[in-house]
Amino acid sequence: MSEQIRLKKGLDLPVKGTALRKISMTVVPDVVALKPTNFRSLTPKMLVKEGDTVKAGTPIFADKKNPEILFTSPVSGTVDTIVRGEKRKLLEVRIKSDNLGAAVKFNVPTGASLNRESIIKHLLESGLWPCIKQRPYGIIADPSVTPKSIFISAMATGPLAADPEYVLGGELDAIRKGLAVLGKLTEGGVHLSLDADKAASSIFNKFDGVVYHYFKGPHPAGNVGVQINHISPISKGETIWTVDLFLVAAIGKLFLHGVYDTSRIIAVAGPAVVNPSYVKCCAGVSMEQISDLFNFAHGNIRIISGDLLSGKAVGREGFLGFYDNLVTALPEGDYYEMFGWVKPFRLKKFSSSRTYFSWLMPRKKYNMDTNTNGGERAFVLSDVYDKVLPMDIYPLYLFKAILADDIEKMENLGIYEIIEEDVALCEFVCPSKIEIQSIVSRGIELMINEMS
Amino acid sequence: MSKLRKLTDKIKPTFEKGGKLSFLYSTFEAFETFLFVPNTVTVKGVHVRDSVDLKRVMTTVMIAIVPSLLFGIFNIGYQHNLAANAGMEFWEMVWYGFLKIIPLYLVSYIVGLGIEFASAQIRGHEVNEGYLVTGLLIPLIVPVTTPLWMLALAVAFAVIIGKEIFGGTGMNIWNPALLARAFLFFAYPSHMSGDKVWVAGVDGFSGATPLAQTSEGLSSLQYSVSDMFFGFIPGSVGETSTLAILLGAVILIYTGIGSWKIMISTVGGALVLGLIANLAAPSPDSAMAIPAWYHLIMGGFAFGTVFMATDPVTASQTEHGKWIYGFLIGALTVIIRLFNPGYPEGMMLAILLMNTFAPVIDHIVVGRNIKRRLKRAKTV
Repeated sequence: MSEQIRLKKGLDLPVKGTALRKISMTVVPDVVALKPTNFRSLTPKMLVKEGDTVKAGTPIFADKKNPEILFTSPVSGTVDTIVRGEKRKLLEVRIKSDNLGAAVKFNVPTGASLNRESIIKHLLESGLWPCIKQRPYGIIADPSVTPKSIFISAMATGPLAADPEYVLGGELDAIRKGLAVLGKLTEGGVHLSLDADKAASSIFNKFDGVVYHYFKGPHPAGNVGVQINHISPISKGETIWTVDLFLVAAIGKLFLHGVYDTSRIIAVAGPAVVNPSYVKCCAGVSMEQISDLFNFAHGNIRIISGDLLSGKAVGREGFLGFYDNLVTALPEGDYYEMFGWVKPFRLKKFSSSRTYFSWLMPRKKYNMDTNTNGGERAFVLSDVYDKVLPMDIYPLYLFKAILADDIEKMENLGIYEIIEEDVALCEFVCPSKIEIQSIVSRGIELMINEMS
Repeated sequence: MSKLRKLTDKIKPTFEKGGKLSFLYSTFEAFETFLFVPNTVTVKGVHVRDSVDLKRVMTTVMIAIVPSLLFGIFNIGYQHNLAANAGMEFWEMVWYGFLKIIPLYLVSYIVGLGIEFASAQIRGHEVNEGYLVTGLLIPLIVPVTTPLWMLALAVAFAVIIGKEIFGGTGMNIWNPALLARAFLFFAYPSHMSGDKVWVAGVDGFSGATPLAQTSEGLSSLQYSVSDMFFGFIPGSVGETSTLAILLGAVILIYTGIGSWKIMISTVGGALVLGLIANLAAPSPDSAMAIPAWYHLIMGGFAFGTVFMATDPVTASQTEHGKWIYGFLIGALTVIIRLFNPGYPEGMMLAILLMNTFAPVIDHIVVGRNIKRRLKRAKTV
């Protein structure tokens, strides 16, 4: 076993509603949506109109800047509605599934013809290219760039995250194929990180041609950005690609069976879920279809595609995001609490700080809600951010450099190495209630505009 | 829903945009959030938030100050009783001290919070909690005999010049409480220093602090170590009892709000300089011969170390920087105490000076991180 990397900084959120290892529902898709807003800084170009018939794998829209990058339909059916927002910005394309299972057949290369060029071509055509994100910036990878290496995390430490060992148990062949395919895209190898505590019994520890790493520690140790920072930090001018493990399986299925298959098992979890468990569905599935699992008795609840820290609130009419295999639901915190902040105990509230006493009950899980628990202030406490960011970065100084639009400082202090999810815990613990992920988003947007 | 909540909801529209009293919205908001944790929910970014907020942080600091405050109240009466030979009982001394300190607090909070509310209103911000702590600290670091109008001026100076013109809590360069004291110290030195200001209610009584005595030579020190540690000595209201301050330090370190690194390194800096002075002392009776650790229990050293140097806004903000920052505060304090004939006490000036240089220290520390990162790029 290669070296174990032990991270001490970080925080596992003790939130109630972890999904039990069982499939409680198999969703036959009705209306699914493809959302350009799932992809950072994407300007979409529509390729279909309302009423068109599509198969699974038919291109729906393309990237205007790089029209080779296609986004394809996850199901067969008809284009139902094209939803636009302000200034006609494309928000989502809804596709009504006919459940006939018609799929575009891709002639995937095998044997010697399976080379870098043909792989990229097929990933682009099938609509699976967007599975590959690049660091810096966490945007869809540029197919014309050869990355330093490819990083994949098989370790989910985020709050209520779907357990990869469970959801991907039946996909080992697809993952093996996917890893082999990805290995041909880079010289630097495919790096797979496992949880050091579970590595010995992990189903993922026997793939060939993969560089293994073992991490130990609280969230965000499972974030691929944190892992890269410890193994092969990104400097100016370098590119690393990252892929979520369940999307590696989708890539593998393309090269095994020649179809675009986004079926996935997602976790539905959180304090406002009746029966936290797993659901079989596909990308873009509607929340309406799994609404039986939500507990509306809580009053207002928030439904999030993704996790509590960096997911997107989609609402009951929303859809599952392209990169997500988790739906979290929790009560809204739109209530007043008399003298809340002076109450000495508040045992039902969690705090990572010792100004409350929740640290005395490390095993307790909490019914968290969306209350901000205070108003926004200027930065006051300076050392709280550092404690939850296990990276060689001075977070406070990076945030301030972004606020000051100081490009050079941002570069020097590590803007290339982080995306929002890596600093989400900084935002969670911030006593000044500053929107740190928004600050980082702004910094990344600024860098993208400045460098292009 | 409670009656109070109903009442608040009823009068809220009056203060909101378009309401008759909308110019008082910040004030209303401050009282509302004082009574209730607001119903605001997360919009962007994280969906859940830690339950700690600045109100909670500031309250915790205030709790940490309480032991020093209580002892200070008692000590006002105790020193008065000693000087006047009044034969007071314990509770009489406490009551005497209480009556003396109440006007100081009234002035501190009315003036300070008044300015805070007004400037929040002008800027259209929420009222910041920072002054709750500053206002509690200021009466503790001045002599109990400070005239109230001087205190009012000092508070106004500290809040306006020291904080609000920089943008309020979180933006200031110097610790506002210390700035108030520095203002008094330089504007009205005769009321802030010397032998006659430390004891309330006895005109012309000469009660020198240990620091003033030792500056004459070690043999002039008339207080025992235990008196100095427990705090039965003249001095600014809250600074005398090292024991009470240590209780506060425990609370701050335990909750993680005050940096233990700063506290330890400040003590270390004072001890190192104190020991060097001991070695270099020309005669066993010179001020330089004071045992190094006496510095920790005399004057405002302990109070400054625990409550002032650790102010997260004005201290160094990098972890390595904190060691340097603290060490220099401790060292400078002892240097000023021993080698400056003008002022017997050096803590205030040392902290204000290091507040000024904290950004430079951080700049150097962050610069080293940047260099390391650039080097990393070259070696890979």
